Amino acid sequence: MVKVKSITTDEIALNEALEGAGIRAHETDLAELIVQLGHDRPSHILVPAIHRNRAEIREIFLREMGDVDAGLTDDPAALAEAARLHLRRKFLSAGVAISGANFAVAETGALCVLESEGNGRMCLTLPDTLITVMGIEKVVPAWRDLGVFLQLLPRSSTGERMNPYTSIWTGVTPGDGPQQFHLVLLDNGRTAALADDVGRAALHCIRCSACLNVCPVYERAGGHAYGSVYPGPIGAIISPQLTGIEDNASLPYASSLCGACYEVCPVKIDIPSVLVHLRARHVEAVRAERRRPSMEAVTMAVASWVMASPARYAAAQRVGRAGRVLGRRGRIRALPPPLSRWTESRDAPVPPAQTFREWWRHEHRPRAGGQHRPRQPGAEGQPRRPGSQGQPRPGSQG
Amino acid sequence: MTARDETLARIRTALGTTQSSADGGGADQPGELPRGDRLRGEAGPDELPRTYRLRGEASPDELSSLFAERLTDYRATVLRTTQGDLGAVIARTLARRGVRRVVVPPGLDLPPLPAGVQAVADDGFSAAELDSFDGAITGAAAAIAETGTIILDGSPGQGRRAITLVPDYHLCIIHTGQIVALVPEAIERLTPDRPLTWISGPSATSDIELQRIEGVHGPRTLDVILVEPSRD
Repeated sequence: MVKVKSITTDEIALNEALEGAGIRAHETDLAELIVQLGHDRPSHILVPAIHRNRAEIREIFLREMGDVDAGLTDDPAALAEAARLHLRRKFLSAGVAISGANFAVAETGALCVLESEGNGRMCLTLPDTLITVMGIEKVVPAWRDLGVFLQLLPRSSTGERMNPYTSIWTGVTPGDGPQQFHLVLLDNGRTAALADDVGRAALHCIRCSACLNVCPVYERAGGHAYGSVYPGPIGAIISPQLTGIEDNASLPYASSLCGACYEVCPVKIDIPSVLVHLRARHVEAVRAERRRPSMEAVTMAVASWVMASPARYAAAQRVGRAGRVLGRRGRIRALPPPLSRWTESRDAPVPPAQTFREWWRHEHRPRAGGQHRPRQPGAEGQPRRPGSQGQPRPGSQG
Repeated sequence: MTARDETLARIRTALGTTQSSADGGGADQPGELPRGDRLRGEAGPDELPRTYRLRGEASPDELSSLFAERLTDYRATVLRTTQGDLGAVIARTLARRGVRRVVVPPGLDLPPLPAGVQAVADDGFSAAELDSFDGAITGAAAAIAETGTIILDGSPGQGRRAITLVPDYHLCIIHTGQIVALVPEAIERLTPDRPLTWISGPSATSDIELQRIEGVHGPRTLDVILVEPSRD
């Protein structure tokens, strides 16, 4: 059985289920093939093997394909040629293909797959049986709506005017292509997302991956770090809604809310707002579940009480100064629980010997001649003390 | 309750719409959403404002030039000719590509081909048999200038989808009158329930280190002959 790249089938772990039933589904998209042969997981919506370099891909092909010339180089053209030859035999002999769909048209019953390599056309045309698995949100109302989406998707996805191949089919055509066709319409949490009048915006997604490409968090962390089938900003709002917020509780927080994703989204999904909404839902869910307030809630309540009074705030700063004894060269490497959870993964700065207020009082006390000549404070609004080793790192003062 | 009923019920609950299809069993008109199933206050497809570009304004000559430019940009080769010279242009093109045995769809009106070229009418060849051909020659249903797209719909002269897929070479003959400017114009012109293949250049991939490579599974070479009406 051959398969066209489909994240929807990843979502329902179809390959694993087929494997369990003794059926081997061969991925035919080049990147999906690399991922499958490497016993790996996709890391990007559009380019699932973006985390692999050419040398790794060559290794994987030599090890797993079984029919590759040992002289294979790591030239991308040679690797693509090896994949062409490897898959061609499978295309010409496969009896069944499984595909996803980019769009479906309610008005005419048409289904639509956009692709570049031609593996989609092979799967949609050559086998006798075609099974298409599609999320219910992919349905557009009218035929002429394709005139919009067939322009939006390639431009936002690969930056092309048009992708090399688009296949559109309606059921079975006698004498042309598969003679048996099955369409599976998948809910799998989509109606739950639809019931949330903020979260439902995520269902507009056309899986172009533009939001991944501009996201500073995705750029640093990579697709695997999200731990969900749908990575990146859009994944952070789709996955928790499909699988339940408890399963992906950290995802709505995996964002700096910079808004770059919203800016590039061709269907104008306000991802930052949905993220904030899902964070609120998560907090509410946690609160409803526990009798006792969470550590975070207690900490915030105490901080609020301390900061509400100048005297309490000054007292807290004096107490905090005691932490200086833990410091070595301007840093604290280990704190006792529960603060150890911070120092497990990063250092904490040593509290300064003098608070800003103390410094201010010291600098502004009346002098002889009645003139005030305050020294310039340091970059952090604190004095540069002789013997102080460097500044605390940005972000470590929160 | 079937999975289908359950999903539809959940959609209705989620949207807060009234259940109307239980009595009628679905839409009043094919393609028309039953009124009650529409999200309250939401416009149907007929009422949506369509303020995007629906029509191009280029002249036929400009359309042909733009279409040729876009295709060339995708590394397809474009040749322009008139009906009278079509046979000679096809002969030259096939000779240059070293293509000798081609599959052609029934209903394709071709001028006589040179002696060295064998054109075989598609007779429902298996995929393996198609693989033994050097290439395929077809017409097209429509073409889009802005995106450099050729559209095949499987009618006579274009054939089954497999014949332009399995052989490694595709020669497509397009008449300039078939070219429209924009995607929405093509959508309007097409028959929705035909099997459609949109082709914008040869197959390509950027899956290895984002480096573009042309020619993966589809025909690695695409030649297009643009036939202009004879001016006599």
